[in-house]
Amino acid sequence: MTVLAAEPLLTPVYEYPKSLTHVPTHYCPGCTHGVAHRLIAEVIDEMGIRQDTIGVASVGCSVFSYRYFATDFAQAAHGRAPAMATGVKRANPDKIVFTYQGDGDLASIGAAEILHAAVRGENFTVFFLNNAIYGMTGGQMAPTTLAGQKTSSSPDGRDPATTGAPLRMSELLAQVDGAAYVVRRSLHDVVQIRRAKKAIRRALEVQRQGLGFSMVELLSSCPTNWGLEPTAALAFIRDEMVPVFPLGDFKLPAEPAAAAGAAAGTGARA
Amino acid sequence: MKGTVTVDDALCKGCALCIPVCPKGLLRVASERFNARGVHPAELDDPAELCTGCEMCAIACPEAAITVYRAVKA
Ligand SMILES: Cc1ncc(C[n+]2csc(CCOP(=O)(O)OP(=O)(O)O)c2C)c(N)n1
Ligand code: SF4
Ligand code: SF4
Ligand code: SF4
Ligand SMILES: [Mg+2]
Repeated sequence: MTVLAAEPLLTPVYEYPKSLTHVPTHYCPGCTHGVAHRLIAEVIDEMGIRQDTIGVASVGCSVFSYRYFATDFAQAAHGRAPAMATGVKRANPDKIVFTYQGDGDLASIGAAEILHAAVRGENFTVFFLNNAIYGMTGGQMAPTTLAGQKTSSSPDGRDPATTGAPLRMSELLAQVDGAAYVVRRSLHDVVQIRRAKKAIRRALEVQRQGLGFSMVELLSSCPTNWGLEPTAALAFIRDEMVPVFPLGDFKLPAEPAAAAGAAAGTGARA
Repeated sequence: MKGTVTVDDALCKGCALCIPVCPKGLLRVASERFNARGVHPAELDDPAELCTGCEMCAIACPEAAITVYRAVKA
């Protein structure tokens, strides 16, 4: 631990996470992909699993996330991170495996892969960054784009009559028996960021306990393609996205009621 | 002094997300200088040593550019 020389009593309480590399990220200023990276890295540090974690990057703005995490990493074809993570986890059941996917990647081209990974109850964790747009390719409409939202491929605003309504992946996947933990959080303010971090921790704990598929959806900003300043982009999440993508817990692992009951039956519990 | 922060110039992208979250309004954009990225970085402006080391700015920062220090009893 480094202590400021001039102030020997000042001790760092927050430092750059060890599970992030020092490679400069290419994310736009104020993009909350960076916040999500930070939180995941902090949790990996706190759980002491840096040497035991394997990430799977997707295609989208986070395509280079394998450069930014100081853990082992693979990089999958567009939408196929859950398929690759299936193989990685099955071959390395003692490792903690996660995918990091955008909404275009997960909800559009990769809709089949994510659904069937959940159906099979694959025991890895998905971090799903929903910014309601295809960020990397220039801000086209995604399945998650809000009704009326202007994008480069819906210049007059998304028209649900011809292009459908925003797809809520967490609610959809929570219906699947194989899904153990599915929640939605947001990155738009300090309180929400703290909640998001707790969910990231819980998801990785669910995986460590072998309980099955886990996913944390994170509402995230794209200041560049939304055409908003970074602070205004956070307000857009709060005011426009959260009403359409409500925050909450859609699937939680069954309480260990059976275990508790069994323990009570043996008189092991007071 | 209860706490203080440093902003890593090499990491800061000048997005200013840290500025409105400080409960004491202690962070500013250094509009008179540029960092190596060519942006005006954020910096602490705390002559009265009001920073509590609450970590709010660091939690908001997408670049993990802010290190937070707190005074601890020796
Ligand atoms: C097979 C294939 N089809 C299309 C593309 C083009 N493409 C690259 S990224 C992307 C969408 C990314 O959007 P999202 O997953 O939401 O990530 P974001 O950039 O918004 O974080 C698309 C369609 C591709 N790379 N490969
Ligand atoms: S295009 Fe959007 S999602 Fe991609 S890095 Fe820039 S702000 Fe973030
Ligand atoms: S640690 Fe708290 S008080 Fe100090 S600069 Fe950051 S937000 Fe302000
Ligand atoms: S939030 Fe981080 S990157 Fe943005 S201005 Fe503040 S210190 Fe710089
Ligand atoms: Mg996206």
